[in-house]
Amino acid sequence: MRRRLKLGAAAVGLAAVHGAILFAGFLAPYDYASQNREAAFAPPTRIRFVDTKARFHIRPFVYGLKPQKDGAYAADETSAYPLEFFVEGSGYRVAGIIPLRTHLFAVRAPGRVFLMGTDAYGRDQFSRFLYGGQLSLLAGLLAAGIAVLLGLTIGALAGFYGGWLDELLMGGAAVFLALPWLYLLLAARAAMPLHIAGWQVFLLLVSMMGLIGWARPARLVRGVVLSAKERNFVLAARAFGASDAYLLTRHVLPQTSGVILTQLALLIPQYVLAEVTLSFLGLGVSEPMASWGSLLSSLQQYYVLSSYWWMFLPALLLIAVFLLYYVSADALQERVGSVRL
Amino acid sequence: MRFVTKRLIHVVLLLLAVSFLSFGLLQVAPGDYFDSLRMNPQVSAQTVEKLRAEYGLGRPLAVRYALWLRDVSRWELGYSIASNSPVSALVAVRARNTLLLSGAATVLAWLLALPLGVWSAAKPGGWLDRTAGVATSAMVTIPDLLLFLALLLLAVRTNWFPTGGMMSLSGEEAGSFWASCKDVAFHLILPACGLAAAMLPLLVRHVRAATIEALGSPFMRAARGHGISGARLLFRYALPAASNPLISLLGFSVGTMLSTSMIAEIVLSWPGLGTLMLESIFARDSYVVVAIVMLSSVFLLAGNLLADLLLFASDPRIRTE
Repeated sequence: MRRRLKLGAAAVGLAAVHGAILFAGFLAPYDYASQNREAAFAPPTRIRFVDTKARFHIRPFVYGLKPQKDGAYAADETSAYPLEFFVEGSGYRVAGIIPLRTHLFAVRAPGRVFLMGTDAYGRDQFSRFLYGGQLSLLAGLLAAGIAVLLGLTIGALAGFYGGWLDELLMGGAAVFLALPWLYLLLAARAAMPLHIAGWQVFLLLVSMMGLIGWARPARLVRGVVLSAKERNFVLAARAFGASDAYLLTRHVLPQTSGVILTQLALLIPQYVLAEVTLSFLGLGVSEPMASWGSLLSSLQQYYVLSSYWWMFLPALLLIAVFLLYYVSADALQERVGSVRL
Repeated sequence: MRFVTKRLIHVVLLLLAVSFLSFGLLQVAPGDYFDSLRMNPQVSAQTVEKLRAEYGLGRPLAVRYALWLRDVSRWELGYSIASNSPVSALVAVRARNTLLLSGAATVLAWLLALPLGVWSAAKPGGWLDRTAGVATSAMVTIPDLLLFLALLLLAVRTNWFPTGGMMSLSGEEAGSFWASCKDVAFHLILPACGLAAAMLPLLVRHVRAATIEALGSPFMRAARGHGISGARLLFRYALPAASNPLISLLGFSVGTMLSTSMIAEIVLSWPGLGTLMLESIFARDSYVVVAIVMLSSVFLLAGNLLADLLLFASDPRIRTE
């Protein structure tokens, strides 16, 4: 019961995160590329309910930004901007298809609301985090999908047919497992042009990440298939004259579903992290596109690291997202383990 | 003996396959080191072509691979165009630094993980077990990248630790051998601790699981019946019995260790293989990249081989097979 609760809570949390990222354009008050050069490294805007005369307002508001001499900012208490909800703003597309202009909240210009502060170009970190999530999460999902699909195919073939095919395929897997993943990833990345832009090349990057990760799921699937094909009902079906294709799809592959599910839950965060690492190192998507890794990469500069604490906020949110993934992977593993592999 | 020869042949074949894969991948990659020269209006196209020919970049892939293999058989790994020196000399220093860092971190991580895991296993569900369980789960969710960034922040804010590099004294200042050793050790603290912390959760979990399994076996009950208890029971009886999966883990963890070490090196600017790899990718210095990829897999395979040999030495059941 507790186990099911844990899995359910993690699933709801993950669905909420993915939903928020999917509707990034709606939740984000600004575009990921819109700059405010005069508000570089502005701290998170405080949402206020009580004004200077101690009057309470039901509608929250923000104060304007007043640049100080030392590069910091203070609240300009002479200008208040109420938060408005469901406002028309810059256009965006939900899931890359449906064009919309409505944003959940915004303040009227020249007022600005930066929930997580701004970066060196005065871009809203909150908006960039949401848009960056689209890229990073999509990368993780796609790459994990490719790796698991490839691993499933190869592992099933190797386990089911055995013999020289098994030896060849598992020998190939050994080559891929003989390399530390980050070195392998960077080597594969080095085979592509240094500066890449646009979604097509992003997909290239993702398929590369997926292609190098097939070995581990393939080994696991092979193990399950090896034992599955010797089970009595499979042998019986074979004796009744079932074809290989029928046996594989109807009897053998369904038994791998537990392994596949847990592998997916483990691989998705790993691949999200792989994309984050690549972008952090400057080998992922290029500016002005946002990814979770490129949000963190400015922390490599000491002055950013030590002076602007809000640059760490994306990192904290990232940990929360990973926590959700790990909890669900853990719960899945327990569940599958209790059922039987 | 046959066991060892078989493993060695296996390793050599694997390395050949890895070299073919990485070499092929990097040589079909678009662009080379001279791309940036080509952009330079002061360098003519002929000069660039001459340079490319000089470094043998214009030849067909198979010829270059054959030449490279010949070089490798002479312990040469090609020529780094960016730093204008043989790759092997360049890589050797960096490999030493990476090994120093990962070696220190491995020792530290195991020294912490063994007592923690064994004591957690002694009383499953006890306060230590629960605290360690929560702590390791929390540590697993923190991405390594963020862990090292947090350590960097610590170094920058407090000035207790150097913010990067491997030495702050130059050759003459360092004077004696001991002074430079102390200097390196001081720089090693932060990256090694971070790396050990990144490895720790996995190790503690495995040590705990293996010890629990060993504690449940009949001979442990017999030992208890003989009145052996406490630390002697745990560390002299249970731990050796649990060592088999742990030695395999030591071999397996080399790969993860190297990858994590690369992130540590880059964030905390430790001059190891990881930083060199990144620099070479940006410089399109492909021979260096291939050499590092090869070397990283050599380390990984050496780790696995070492684990196998240790298993062979420690577990009589394997020897009789």
